[in-house]
Amino acid sequence: MSKRNPEYDFKWCPGCGDFGVRRAIEFAMIDRLENTDLPIENNVVVAGIGCSGNLVHLLEGQQPYGIHGIHGRSLPIAFGVKMANPELNVIVVAGDGDFLSIGGEHIGPQAARNLNICAVVMDNGVYGLTKGQSSPTSKSGAITSSTPFGKIEAQADPLQLYLTHGATFVASGFSGQPRELAQLITRGMNHPGFAMVHVQSPCTTYNDFFIEMKGDAKNGIAPLVQPIPEEHDASNIDAAFELIQKPGVPIGVIYEDSNVATLDQKVVDMRSKARVRDADALLGDFEF
Amino acid sequence: MQMRDFVVRFAGEGGQGVVTSAEGLAQASTQVGYHALTYATFPSQILGGPTWTQARISTETVLSAGDNIDVLVAFNEEAYENHRSEVRDGGVIIFNSNDFEIENNPQSFGLPIDELARTTGNNRAANMIVIGALAHLVNMPQQYLKDFVTDRFTRGRDNDEEIIKSNHQALDLGRSHAAESGFNLGELADPIKPDYQQVMMKGNEAISVGAIAAGLNFYAGYPISPATTVLLYMERNLHGEGKFVYQVGSEIEAITALIGGGYAGKKAMTATAGPGFSLMSEGIGLAWMSEVPLVVVDVQRGGPATGLPTKTEQSDLMSCMYPAHGDVKLPVIAVGTVEECFYGAIKALNWAERYQGPVILMTEMALAERVQNIPRPDLSKITVEDRLTYDGNNGYKRYEGDQLSPMPIPGRPGAYVANGSEHDDVGDTTHLPSHHISNTERRFNKIELLKENEYESQNPDSEICIVPWGGSKGPALEAFNELNAEGMDIGFYYTMLLNPLPPEMLEQLRSKKLVIVPELNYQGQFSSILRSLSVNAVSITQYTGLPFRVKDLVSEIKNLTETKTK
Repeated sequence: MSKRNPEYDFKWCPGCGDFGVRRAIEFAMIDRLENTDLPIENNVVVAGIGCSGNLVHLLEGQQPYGIHGIHGRSLPIAFGVKMANPELNVIVVAGDGDFLSIGGEHIGPQAARNLNICAVVMDNGVYGLTKGQSSPTSKSGAITSSTPFGKIEAQADPLQLYLTHGATFVASGFSGQPRELAQLITRGMNHPGFAMVHVQSPCTTYNDFFIEMKGDAKNGIAPLVQPIPEEHDASNIDAAFELIQKPGVPIGVIYEDSNVATLDQKVVDMRSKARVRDADALLGDFEF
Repeated sequence: MQMRDFVVRFAGEGGQGVVTSAEGLAQASTQVGYHALTYATFPSQILGGPTWTQARISTETVLSAGDNIDVLVAFNEEAYENHRSEVRDGGVIIFNSNDFEIENNPQSFGLPIDELARTTGNNRAANMIVIGALAHLVNMPQQYLKDFVTDRFTRGRDNDEEIIKSNHQALDLGRSHAAESGFNLGELADPIKPDYQQVMMKGNEAISVGAIAAGLNFYAGYPISPATTVLLYMERNLHGEGKFVYQVGSEIEAITALIGGGYAGKKAMTATAGPGFSLMSEGIGLAWMSEVPLVVVDVQRGGPATGLPTKTEQSDLMSCMYPAHGDVKLPVIAVGTVEECFYGAIKALNWAERYQGPVILMTEMALAERVQNIPRPDLSKITVEDRLTYDGNNGYKRYEGDQLSPMPIPGRPGAYVANGSEHDDVGDTTHLPSHHISNTERRFNKIELLKENEYESQNPDSEICIVPWGGSKGPALEAFNELNAEGMDIGFYYTMLLNPLPPEMLEQLRSKKLVIVPELNYQGQFSSILRSLSVNAVSITQYTGLPFRVKDLVSEIKNLTETKTK
């Protein structure tokens, strides 16, 4: 909304990876508008707090609904929206600090419920908006403003975390490839269940790993991002775990199981077992 | 001697039938037209631990659990030692002689409860042995109780008849055993059977059904004493098209799920207690800031942190009214009776819809577990309010204006960003002073929509008045009645609307020489708030984990009026 809203006073730094993620989400939404009968208002973007969360204000074109909530709670807010109206397409946008640190407790329950939403996590390995502190995905030993002697924790492995929690769709993308990322997000949105799209999105100010990811042939730097080989069987959980153990960053769909009932389906099933009674009938239970 | 009022305390260990006996007596009595109220206090453990419950039976509406104990039923020796001093002069102590013996107390007699129950072939009929004995003490017709038993156990099962028979036998055994003791308290006056339909329910049940009557269709909760029973009720009963109930993973998840649900058009509610409420603070602030309707029920227990999980206190008022950081003062409704639990829940959901924001419904442990007979609410007379929704096009300025504006619902035109950061008219973040000024004022202006002159008063011309809140209403009203009967010039005011207060009532309180606020906390939280509103208020405080006793209030009020008005 930045173009039409001069009072909006937040900007990403030039070259921020989140620009690429925004573009990819715009592509995916346009694709959805073109390929379904659903209007733009069918989409709800639930944003976390941090640089990434501002994406909800920066989308160009037709505007979806949005919530810019509180730090770490994008998943349970999305849970509320989705279960209030399962017809809505709910997309979470959050960063590694927001999603994996303060919000980490919410991943397991939503994966176990198979909540039918798509979460896009922009991983820049640092707390950007608070000016460069160590995050769960900062490398061990990283010197940051809050780890002047080097980060002493191990680096978190988000892909392994999602698989371990039982997410039924896990994909990995790179902000430098918005077209490919858009396809992953589209697949995540179409996936019936809890879809995680984890995106390497470098911070040009505090943690610029763009070259590391993209590689630099002239200077003999091999790219870390690698397309997932075609022969990878994304329906096989063992193959998924095996894939993420390999060096480099796999780009594509790591795991997908579309045969698990979604939470909203399970709630409908449960409801069919319940006796539906109005307040008057309920009061009747207490008459004497 | 004719009695109009009968107070029985049951004391023992968890699992000994302390609660079922009290509730059974209350149910049997209301069945024939008496009024009843129970008070329960539990140990914070599943089995064992000292516990007691009190039932008060009366020919009139019961205001408090009563502090003149007519009969103590002691299930073990510890209970006897702890509670014997509270039995009134001329009262009776029944002790379980299968468990212990009391010597040299002419006020007491033993009842071999377990042994008598065994002879009926139904060990679970023990509470009917006790109730039978109590019926003898106040000459309650045996048929009342037998009819109640027949009614209660006619459940269409094969063994109905057998169970009814053993319970009838238990009533007879208890009664004859008590008769042999030679004790008698008098005769409980005949009930004046109300000519309207009644219901008998607990506070938390009344809140649950009230909320459903108000159109609740989204509930997320996390187990916590003493609020869990609301979650359990909803899990069983909040069903049907478009309704959602879920036990979530924490109170943080509950409040943020409610924000998602309320934003997406639902009437959303959760119930919690102190520790959970603290965890919800940030989320409640988000609801206030982003203007999302929702209701949080705070079933107060005692103390900060884990505190007293199963005791009663009124110490959350400040945190309910000012739960979040920044400029926030939330609408608060505090209920004081089981009936108010029902109507308070409706009011809370209506308020949330009307002003589009979070509303706190305060109740307390003593009320949550209280069983009381109330007139059956007439659902045709209740008003259910729905939020003003937006039906225009995209490009809508959801946050424009200095008060309420129609709310768009996701899926329909009017997309905006519900933002917890300070925002402009469409919900985009801005930190410009002009927007923070106008939006802060807008959020407080919306509270004006909730001002209603709903309050009770007696002797409004008196310069001194008693103004309780929440569950202290009953004992305070009883104390007022007593002082009034003694000829003291004193008034009484009460409302469940604590913020915003009924403007008319506040105006009257401001003109009083002295406002006395009985409340169950150390700091005198409500009187502090009243003083900040230019009311000359002082508190009578108590922080024992128990409700007020009427006799304590009577003497405290006398003391205060003497010292403060000299």
